[in-house]
Amino acid sequence: MNYAWNWSVLFQAPYLGWLGQGIAMTMMVSIAAWIIALTLGTLIGILHSGASGALRLVTGCYINVFRNVPLLLQMFLWFFVVPELLPKAAGTWLKRDLPHPEVVTAIVALGLFTASRVAVQVAAGIAAVPRGQSMAAYASGLSTLQRYKLVLLPQAFRIVVPPMTSEFLTIFKNSSIALSIGVYELTAQTQQIQSFTYQGFEAFTAATVTYMTIALIVTALMTVIERRIAIAGPLARG
Amino acid sequence: MSGFDISVILHALPFLAKGLGLSLALTAVAMIGGLALGLVIAVIRLSRFRFPAMLAALYVNGFRAVPLILVIFWFYFLVPLLLGRPVGALYSVLIAFVMFEGAYYSEIIRAGLKSVRPGQWQAAQASGMTYLQTIRLVVLPQALRKMAPLMVTQGVVLFQDTSLVYVVSLHDFMTSASIVANTQNRIVELYVFAAFVYFAICTTGSVLAQRLSSGRRHAY
Repeated sequence: MNYAWNWSVLFQAPYLGWLGQGIAMTMMVSIAAWIIALTLGTLIGILHSGASGALRLVTGCYINVFRNVPLLLQMFLWFFVVPELLPKAAGTWLKRDLPHPEVVTAIVALGLFTASRVAVQVAAGIAAVPRGQSMAAYASGLSTLQRYKLVLLPQAFRIVVPPMTSEFLTIFKNSSIALSIGVYELTAQTQQIQSFTYQGFEAFTAATVTYMTIALIVTALMTVIERRIAIAGPLARG
Repeated sequence: MSGFDISVILHALPFLAKGLGLSLALTAVAMIGGLALGLVIAVIRLSRFRFPAMLAALYVNGFRAVPLILVIFWFYFLVPLLLGRPVGALYSVLIAFVMFEGAYYSEIIRAGLKSVRPGQWQAAQASGMTYLQTIRLVVLPQALRKMAPLMVTQGVVLFQDTSLVYVVSLHDFMTSASIVANTQNRIVELYVFAAFVYFAICTTGSVLAQRLSSGRRHAY
């Protein structure tokens, strides 16, 4: 194997700057999308677990559609197709006047996609709360809202922390797909460094190490959260 | 935009079908290769050999921490370098997918093997079976029933992931749709059509996974 190593390329201008920008973009897109995913996904998950048949159907449709179309294609649909289908003024605004349309689109697409996965976890978490809890809440005269707020959700949220950790990790990885619509996140930047310098080893190693570091930090953070919110005493779950 | 022009899709159908063929072939190879590799990794991780088990864990956690696109780029760049000659995107991508899916399938298989009751392991050992015999004759047949739905679900995810070969311009279904969309300037039709096709295939897979998991419940 013939390869001219040159690790210093990672610390030279402009490549160091590209890496930094890439990391910042990956973090920004992922965290912004995570906020959308968590809010919307929780809401959809709660509605999906409810008694209303119509709501269950609608939320089920959302979950199935967003889970069964590749994220890459969803990005394309939001970026290329949606502006064409909207009324002309809105479409033009999306294409012309919206600042950084590719970044905004990536955040929205990634957020809505991940929301469907979060919703599945939340609904499963609510279903995992023992039935007696819900019945006892009914029997004590709590309203539906109170039943969710005071009894079901506090327990369900604790159950879903571990699967949420893995969803949160996945969103950082999935943010790399945003490169297909022109977002210069970490993977795109390292690919660019590779094509400029031919130092692919160094560039891709930098990206790999960064993604691994993000994974370690997120896992550590979520473990702390999991410990903090654990219910002590006989209610504690394995 | 002037109406939904279905004739563009009909004209491009043979080209699109060829792309879909590549997507399905990629899925099949990555699934079979990934399952084989995943089984080996899972068996090593559960063995009592500490050092190989640690390496296997490192492999799995390493691949699971990075995006598939980065893995595709890695192999696209590495494979020709290691072989010393250009091999074309397809082979690089196939290796990348098998290695990547191997990590994910090994987690499913490991969980499946671990879910078999300890008594089964102990009974097999007590009858004088070796570690590999225990896995092959006692544990794996029982674990397979539990793993089947998850394997199909992972297969659906994998089929969606094959769309990522777009980044190295392999003509899979996604890339073919994109090519037709841009050359014919019919973006809306092609992407909406592609979404329907992916949705139909993935939904079929998801339903199959559900059948498998509820069928299992009835069996006991």
